[in-house]
Amino acid sequence: MSNNIRVLLAKVGLDGHDRGVKIVARCLRDAGMDVVYTGLHRSPEEVVAAAVQEDVDVLAVSILSGAHMTVFPKIIAGLKARGVDDMILMGGGVMPDEDVAALKAMGVHEILLQDTPPNKIIETIERLVADRGER
Amino acid sequence: MAKQIPSDSLVVRALAGDNAAMARLMSRAEAGSAECRPALAQLYAKAGRAHVIGITGVPGSGKSTLVSTLTLKLRTGGKRVGIIAVDPSSPYSGGSIMGDRIRMSELVNDEGIFIRSMATRGAQGGMARASLEAVDVLDAAGFDYVIVETVGVGQAEVEIARAAQTVIVVSAPGLGDDIQAIKAGILEIADIHVVSKCDRSDANRTVSDLKSMLTMGMAVGDDRLWRAPVVPTSSVNGQGFEQLIECLGRHGHFMRSSETGQIRVRKIAEFRMLKTAEDLLRQRFTNARRGALAAVSEQLAGRRISPYQAAEQLLDGINLKGTP
Ligand code: B12
Ligand SMILES: Nc1nc2c(ncn2[C@@H]2O[C@H](COP(=O)(O)OP(=O)(O)O)[C@@H](O)[C@H]2O)c(=O)[nH]1
Ligand SMILES: [Mg+2]
Repeated sequence: MSNNIRVLLAKVGLDGHDRGVKIVARCLRDAGMDVVYTGLHRSPEEVVAAAVQEDVDVLAVSILSGAHMTVFPKIIAGLKARGVDDMILMGGGVMPDEDVAALKAMGVHEILLQDTPPNKIIETIERLVADRGER
Repeated sequence: MAKQIPSDSLVVRALAGDNAAMARLMSRAEAGSAECRPALAQLYAKAGRAHVIGITGVPGSGKSTLVSTLTLKLRTGGKRVGIIAVDPSSPYSGGSIMGDRIRMSELVNDEGIFIRSMATRGAQGGMARASLEAVDVLDAAGFDYVIVETVGVGQAEVEIARAAQTVIVVSAPGLGDDIQAIKAGILEIADIHVVSKCDRSDANRTVSDLKSMLTMGMAVGDDRLWRAPVVPTSSVNGQGFEQLIECLGRHGHFMRSSETGQIRVRKIAEFRMLKTAEDLLRQRFTNARRGALAAVSEQLAGRRISPYQAAEQLLDGINLKGTP
């Protein structure tokens, strides 16, 4: 017996756009994953604390507010401070391409923007988790 | 946390309250990993001090909100509170969306609170075992209360709630004319009844309906030593939580000091033993019979043998001891 892939889906800050995140939640569930949804308006620290307690494979943050360049560095720092080195960090929503490149350089594993088909999101997560291996 | 740390060394860290270590042990318990069994045995031996509270009720009755408010009140008394929030898995995909944390947003960023979401994975998934092992982790790590929230609809979910010392059944106004817990068949398992959302004007009716249901249900010559109180609460204005905490204290004391309590402790142990045995048996059976399945079901589908004969063939010569 083994576990389903566990994903924490988070919305951070004042960002109230939750259509996309709800679609993502449903498509991951339908792909057989266990999805923990935080709800809106969480702080980066809260998201990190929740991801640690939930021991998720993937911490997935949805941002359409434009705050991504401040949110992700805080999450990366939070994970580091707690000694977490085997969690996959992903982003999605609306972000300019140059920011996506910068965030990946900082350590965000993958970012998938608007109009990403659900299958691509599922495949990406499955691949990243398989590449990481057992833990 | 670094990869592949042996479970035994996670135990020391978990006992010291390290969240990542506690969380990883819970994941391994859920996966049914053989590697973590000695670690879980250590934790089981240390557990048994926490007051374990099961909270159940139909979806939307206000369980997660109740857990949140109750936990905040217990925290002001300095108690550490662990929470296991159980949600049903999709019967189609096996996946789940667990949203209980949405209502518990006030509880994060507090080292005295630990929240873990778990999916039932159907009745087959060893859920009761894994969620109770997660309770052990929190209990052994010194949490004073461990609250298990389960949806009071399926067999597996109700069983988990029943494995607690104190079972709270939540009813709410506005979810239909009847007391929903009756339909769901969970009224009988309550040690404490909560009627939530009592800030609403239609709550009085729910309270009086429930009370009259309970008096009707009491047989002549009823000699139970504990009668489940009905506690109206509101998470909007805080009403009823002092009374709820007082009832929890009284029931906890009753369980520790009465024969009823001793019987419950033994029943929970028996339940866990049987559940774990069922799990092991299912695993061994599946492993042992993997090759035979296709041929036998072929015969069965062709109606050359009966379902009973097919089952006998499958079980024939199975080694109960097996290697899991
Ligand atoms: C609908 C919408 C709204 C609705 C939101 C309703 C709701 N409950 O969600 C309403 C009208 C409320 C709204 C309000 C606002 N909005 Co608006 N809104 C949009 C709009 C038109 C579409 C968003 C949407 O729902 N898309 C459909 C979903 C399915 O797509 P998605 O969210 O992108 O998700 C997909 C992917 O991104 C990905 N994905 C999403 N999350 C994640 C997470 C992970 C981990 C992964 C892997 C993938 C992933 O998967 C999904 C499926 O492919 C966008 C424009 C746009 N093109 O995006 C603006 C937009 C997001 N809004 C914008 C703004 C400015 C606002 C307001 C500030 C406007 C105002 N002045 O009041 C407010 C802010 C409200 C708030 N509190 O946050 C800007 C943001 C600018 C920026 N980022 O710099 C946008 C980009 C419009 C624009 N071009 O200016 N908005
Ligand atoms: N008015 C009122 N609404 C409540 C109260 N408690 C919960 N609710 C609402 O009832 C709904 C379901 O609550 P939730 O805690 O998620 O229920 P659960 O499914 O049983 O866990 C939510 O919309 C809550 O806001 C309460 O005390 N008063
Ligand atoms: Mg709930």
